Amino acid sequence: MKHAKVAYAGAIHDATEHPAGLRLADGRVLAEDAVVWLPPFAVGTVIALGLNYADHVKELSKELTVTSKDEPLAFLKSAGALIGHRGQTRRPADVKFMHYECELAVVIGRSAKNVKRAQALQHVAGYCVANDYAIRDYLENYYRPNLRVKNRDTCTVLGPWLVDAADVPDPQQLALRTLVNGQLTQQGHTSNMIADIPELIEYLSSFMTLGAGDVILTGTPDGVVNVNVGDEVVTEIDGIGRLVNTIVGDKLFDR
Amino acid sequence: MTFLLEQALAQPQGAPLATEAPVEHWQALAAADEHAPAFLPPTRGTVYGTLLNHRDALAAMADQMNAAPYKAPPRAPILYIKPRNTVVGHRMPVRVPADASELEMGATLGVVIGRTASHVAASEALDCVAGYTVVNDISVPHASVYRPSMRFKCRDGFCPMGPAVVARALVPTPDALDIVVAIDGHTVQRSSTAGLVRPVAQLIADVTEFMTLFPGDVLTVGVAAHAPRARAGQTVTITIDGVGRLQNTLIAEGAA
Repeated sequence: MKHAKVAYAGAIHDATEHPAGLRLADGRVLAEDAVVWLPPFAVGTVIALGLNYADHVKELSKELTVTSKDEPLAFLKSAGALIGHRGQTRRPADVKFMHYECELAVVIGRSAKNVKRAQALQHVAGYCVANDYAIRDYLENYYRPNLRVKNRDTCTVLGPWLVDAADVPDPQQLALRTLVNGQLTQQGHTSNMIADIPELIEYLSSFMTLGAGDVILTGTPDGVVNVNVGDEVVTEIDGIGRLVNTIVGDKLFDR
Repeated sequence: MTFLLEQALAQPQGAPLATEAPVEHWQALAAADEHAPAFLPPTRGTVYGTLLNHRDALAAMADQMNAAPYKAPPRAPILYIKPRNTVVGHRMPVRVPADASELEMGATLGVVIGRTASHVAASEALDCVAGYTVVNDISVPHASVYRPSMRFKCRDGFCPMGPAVVARALVPTPDALDIVVAIDGHTVQRSSTAGLVRPVAQLIADVTEFMTLFPGDVLTVGVAAHAPRARAGQTVTITIDGVGRLQNTLIAEGAA
């Protein structure tokens, strides 16, 4: 089943997919554009992976000063940076290179500590699409990738759905892609992850307890390009969802 | 929602809710040696740590900053997140992982947000503060801050905090607070929030330029150079005058 969290008619609702759009828990059936989409579950810790697709590593290799692949390059974001499907993401006027990143998001459903890879997927509630924007102009070499690059308000898009793990027979066999204004700009496949999902859960849970609602953004393949104000960015993963986002300018934020 | 405080907020274990009471009340309960309860963390928001905000910590790295991998001194505030599994309260034990013989005790002031703060000017930043608390930002010792592994800062229990959030009005000089660290009763470090690269109000302004801080979130002002180290079996006490005295005992991983 596919689950969403939406705002509609004065309240926040849990909803599920319906042929006409979505169905609220209270029975109302609505079109996709009749509601405000929120991140589809109560988000705990947000863990993101850098350089987890071999082709993206190659794409960025010019600016990498450390290339060790001994352990996954994991970093943290905060839930405050998240927005839902059909949301707006702010592009500051003074930047030159802001790019999307289409990623498979793995949602933890049951707490995990010292979990081995063979059991790891038993701790997964489901999957979403994430679009994890970065503004490379702000990259500094302290605590890379620094929060000014990666934890900006509106710059992590999550949704539209949380798809139950039971409905995703093999999360390492999913094609993902990004379209900017309808043009295909990024393509990849989750089979090309350097550290796959069981390995990531084993690694992370070896030193920290993961809890229900924690989410792992598993990295992005190559094909990241600059986006501009007015662009519609669609990040899509087969069987998981099609996540739409629009880039907006400073003016809306009174800046 | 606004998180308003006039006194101090804390939650001893066993109490159903975090409750506001005079600072002296919590100090007496927190200081009691025997049969006293541990405390739960006084707030449950996101905890952001700040790096190299002490002039001496910045100076200690000065000769490395223009070389690889850093290549330049930092410009914006350098931040990291202490995830929710790290946050524990006063007197809760902290487990020392089997692969670390000693841990760094990162004594710092925690600024607890009381009102949603987005793109605030420094002149108005303190209006967004509910109060202050004591934070021990624990790390596995590591030399590089280029791209540190999460393993160094994100272990369970690596962010003791408390005992209480003390109302902003009771802490008139957040930029002039002495911080004293004692291990097993012996003072091992003295630092101060005076002379920060970014004092509290400026730090809030520079951080909220790009990310919103929400009520209950904690922003630390950063750790001074030469953080002391402690081992399993030792008790670490961090005292910030007027804010509180946070005490935790380190125990070996696997111990009861």
